[in-house]
Amino acid sequence: MTGKEERLRTNVAIIKTEHLSHLYSAGTPFEKAAIEDVSVEIEPGEFIGVIGHTGSGKSTLIQHFNGLLQPTSGKIYVDGKDIWDEKNKKNIRDVRFQVGLVFQYPEYQLFEETVYKDIAFGPGNMGLSKEEIHTRVMEAMDFVGLKGKYAEKSPFDLSGGQKRRVAIAGVIAMRPKVLILDEPTAGLDPKGRDKILGQIREYHQQTGSTVLLVSHSMEDIAKYAEKVLVMNHAKVFDYDTVERVFSKNEELTRMGLSVPQVSKVFHQLRAAGYPVSENVYTVDQAEADILRLLKAKGGAGRA
Amino acid sequence: MKDLILAEHLHFEYVREEEENILVLNDIDVSIHQGEFVAILGHNGSGKSTLAKHFNAVLLPTSGRVLVDGVDTADQEHLFDIRQKVGMVFQNPDNQIVATIVEEDVAFALENLGVEPEEIRRRVDEALKTVDMYEFKEHAPHQLSGGQKQRIAIAGVIAMRPECVVLDEPTAMLDPKGRREVLRTVMELNRDYGTTVALITHYMDEAVHADRVIVVDHGDVVITGTPREIFSQVEKMKELGLDVPQVTELCYRLKQEGAPVPDDVITEDECTAALEQLLA
Repeated sequence: MTGKEERLRTNVAIIKTEHLSHLYSAGTPFEKAAIEDVSVEIEPGEFIGVIGHTGSGKSTLIQHFNGLLQPTSGKIYVDGKDIWDEKNKKNIRDVRFQVGLVFQYPEYQLFEETVYKDIAFGPGNMGLSKEEIHTRVMEAMDFVGLKGKYAEKSPFDLSGGQKRRVAIAGVIAMRPKVLILDEPTAGLDPKGRDKILGQIREYHQQTGSTVLLVSHSMEDIAKYAEKVLVMNHAKVFDYDTVERVFSKNEELTRMGLSVPQVSKVFHQLRAAGYPVSENVYTVDQAEADILRLLKAKGGAGRA
Repeated sequence: MKDLILAEHLHFEYVREEEENILVLNDIDVSIHQGEFVAILGHNGSGKSTLAKHFNAVLLPTSGRVLVDGVDTADQEHLFDIRQKVGMVFQNPDNQIVATIVEEDVAFALENLGVEPEEIRRRVDEALKTVDMYEFKEHAPHQLSGGQKQRIAIAGVIAMRPECVVLDEPTAMLDPKGRREVLRTVMELNRDYGTTVALITHYMDEAVHADRVIVVDHGDVVITGTPREIFSQVEKMKELGLDVPQVTELCYRLKQEGAPVPDDVITEDECTAALEQLLA
């Protein structure tokens, strides 16, 4: 049985929030709700895309998932435990080992002399043995596609994309049950983007861990995520499968988001009366659907 | 058409102590015409940002030369003129905003240049109107969205009335709405005010709006052409670590399968039209 199936069997949500709200500058004239009444359940082993305009509350929400922020009201459960409960509160640090958070531009947080030491920092804080730390550092480097020869290099001598992969490895090395990445591909070229996301998908499939991917790229979300959480003005607008979320073209555009290019084209084709599928959001799906229709029509194309 | 920026045999290398220098730009010849909207593409580390930094003398060539409106960027005496002619906007809006009030931020460079106060007032208002941020002139920049902040940064540059604006991945950190706002501003700047624009981007759907695309790889310009000419070379673009718009890729793949669709589709509307014809 793969890790994923095993986790799915135990039906407890890995992360669950109940009426979670967070006010910034509470009690002052600048009081502002960053998130308001958010109730979501994230099942173990899911790959979830998180989208929302700037200031929609995405970052505030994910910082609650690993206990970096304490809610103003409402509850948050990680693996069934209320993390801010009186008796769990003092172990809040453990939550950060269970839920690993990779911030935006994480390469700016590298600080050690060597790549190895930087990746070993998190596992070291967990009080693991030297051997165990070694195993995990090597495993993490492997996951992000960094060859062994980089271990003794200074992280500051690496390229931007490599530095970012070191930073991600540092979080993966803690073997978190949940891996959250806040825009891991910002500023990367298309190839670098595909490489990092491909590695994250591989990691997800091999370990069965839950992954949350925050991104402004609808194309990337469509390609990698199974479900999408849409934040809008501090609230959850939608939390559903990729197909159903991207079928809401107009609503998403209105809230400052968008849908993948091919979804827009297929939307226009449907509006014009063509019997194209409603659930198209990647080039692969679009190609298959058009070929299906051509085949049904008979004639054109080798298909 | 007049060349506003002209690079000839441009070489650039970073000097490292006790080690071999790193060659970043290798014999580049490129020109940007007056009034043109050019997109510059290339993977991370290709040298495109280094190239852009030569356009207003932030960097100077190791050998070869760069002329801005006929003036050599290595000419220290004209440094101010060059910087005023070619303004730059960077990726992170938070690193470019210096003042606590929007209009003061836009006025910053003008104050440094010693422009008359009434003239500053006039230019700041005009620049803010151009980027559609006039109503926010008395706001604090940190309360604005990323797209709004980036438009303030653009206003700060155009207040100097440059002939050319170079933008280095200005939308990389923005959400889809912010990206749309900034792209629209850039296009209007070019179309309505005749400002020459050089846009460095990783977003192929932004590059399709340019007059011309320049692709940089391994420190050299490898292809230039209209977006249509560039993106129809799907295989070549992928080899270079780049991408093409989703709609271009879809039509390309359908054509590979033998379907009669054009191979130079670059916009959503063109794609819809091509597919309608195919399915009709």
